Amino acid sequence: MWPGLAKIFSRNKGITSEPKLPMEDKKLADSASIPADTMILLREVHKSFGANHVLRGVNLEVKRGESMVVIGGSGTGKSVLIKCVIGLLRHDRGEIYVDGQEISHLTEEEWNELRKKFGMLFQRDALFDSLTVWENVGFALRRHTNLSDEEIKSIAIEKLKLVGLQNVENLMPAELSGGMRKRVSLARAIAMEPAILLYDEPTTGLDPIMANVINELIVTMREKLQVTSIAITHDMVSAYRIADRIAMLYQGKIIEVGTPEEIKSSPNEIVQQFIRGEVLGPITQGAEFIRQAI
Amino acid sequence: MILFYKTLTLIFRPPFDFRNLFKQIEEVGVKSIPVVLITGAFTGMVLALQSYTGFKRFNAEAFVGTVVALSMTRELGPVLSGLMVSGRVGSAMAAELGTMQVTEQIDALYTLATNPIKYLIVPRFLAALIVMPILTIFADVIGILGGYLISVELLGSNPTIYIRRTYDYLDLEDIYIGLLKACVFGMIIAIIGCYQGFNTQGGAEGVGKSTTRAVVLSSLLILIANYFITAFFF
Repeated sequence: MWPGLAKIFSRNKGITSEPKLPMEDKKLADSASIPADTMILLREVHKSFGANHVLRGVNLEVKRGESMVVIGGSGTGKSVLIKCVIGLLRHDRGEIYVDGQEISHLTEEEWNELRKKFGMLFQRDALFDSLTVWENVGFALRRHTNLSDEEIKSIAIEKLKLVGLQNVENLMPAELSGGMRKRVSLARAIAMEPAILLYDEPTTGLDPIMANVINELIVTMREKLQVTSIAITHDMVSAYRIADRIAMLYQGKIIEVGTPEEIKSSPNEIVQQFIRGEVLGPITQGAEFIRQAI
Repeated sequence: MILFYKTLTLIFRPPFDFRNLFKQIEEVGVKSIPVVLITGAFTGMVLALQSYTGFKRFNAEAFVGTVVALSMTRELGPVLSGLMVSGRVGSAMAAELGTMQVTEQIDALYTLATNPIKYLIVPRFLAALIVMPILTIFADVIGILGGYLISVELLGSNPTIYIRRTYDYLDLEDIYIGLLKACVFGMIIAIIGCYQGFNTQGGAEGVGKSTTRAVVLSSLLILIANYFITAFFF
């Protein structure tokens, strides 16, 4: 039972195996090594869970204000990738830069400061059951600002309007439909006006109309708030709608990056099989038994 | 132990979330009062009956009050309150935090720049630490009253002698030791419940397992810690 503790305490701590640079030197090195218009940069990022080597040298660059969508099959490590970016999981090797800052060495306090730049929409919305809708949306404001409850509630109502919800602020999350919960979660993610939004399977579990509502909201967020975003999905309709560029993750590596048009016309057979959803092709994982039947 | 240490260090670090602390005091303390009172009352009453049965054999019925008071304050008050609160609150902590874990709510706290240990565990830990001694005092008082009721009203003991014997042989140290135990039990209940909740895996089944483990483990640790504290002050 005790190994679980490592999980709790590893999240906020830096990788200690590498020598720690003095803070000022580190910042100078960080800012000099990456282009100014790069918001997020991953270099040779590796992550394993025991013998399962999930990320095997991921390289990815996301420009400021860009909407990057990472596609890939189930279990390929898409969620692991964005959880490494926001520090929910600690990568084993490689470098991740967020807004010019290398994240491996961050202390708990530095992580908390950096995470104020992030908003994240979870696959299962992750709303706090015990709080009302407006308390959920205003959660970070209550924790990190000196605003009164009235002011926080009014900001929460404003953010809820931005995602198309009205008169739900006093309801509990359990009283909402799946699509509404997703939108409340999005309102919570944008409450602190973050510079970076991460979307974990934003349309999973929603009907096609509600999925499109979420897609349009994501596009609107980018246009209105000028945020940089990374969305992970296997929903190609969603990917084409919200992406400036699409990256495909396969066997722990990014094998293709391009605009939606470039991805559609990619000569890579793996990409083509995935975006068309074909059973026959180089991707075999999960389809072995049906391929034998065919 | 690491979680315990981490919780202790975060208690004194601002911001101080009094709203959450009061909410937990209500959950852990106020809502536990009925169950602790009932437990204390019936324990005191049965103690009086049993000791009377034994003591009558060598004409020592007058000491029933002493036995009830000493047993309640030193042992049964804190231990039974601890076990009852462990069943009621430790399981709830494990279930609530476990559900938060499997539904990504704890990850959401991290992304909202909030330390889950500070936000979730510290208020629960403080609430358990504060309310357990208070609940124990309630159990002690109601247990002694229950013993008095049975001895005087049912078994016909002399009320003056009962009170006199209780007062003469009960030291403040007996009460302090009981309250110290209660504080330790409160910490055990909160840390074990929260730890099991934080490390829940595997959906609803995982939440169930964490809840069971929280109750079993904290109950066992309460009984083990109780022995060592008693032995230390013996």
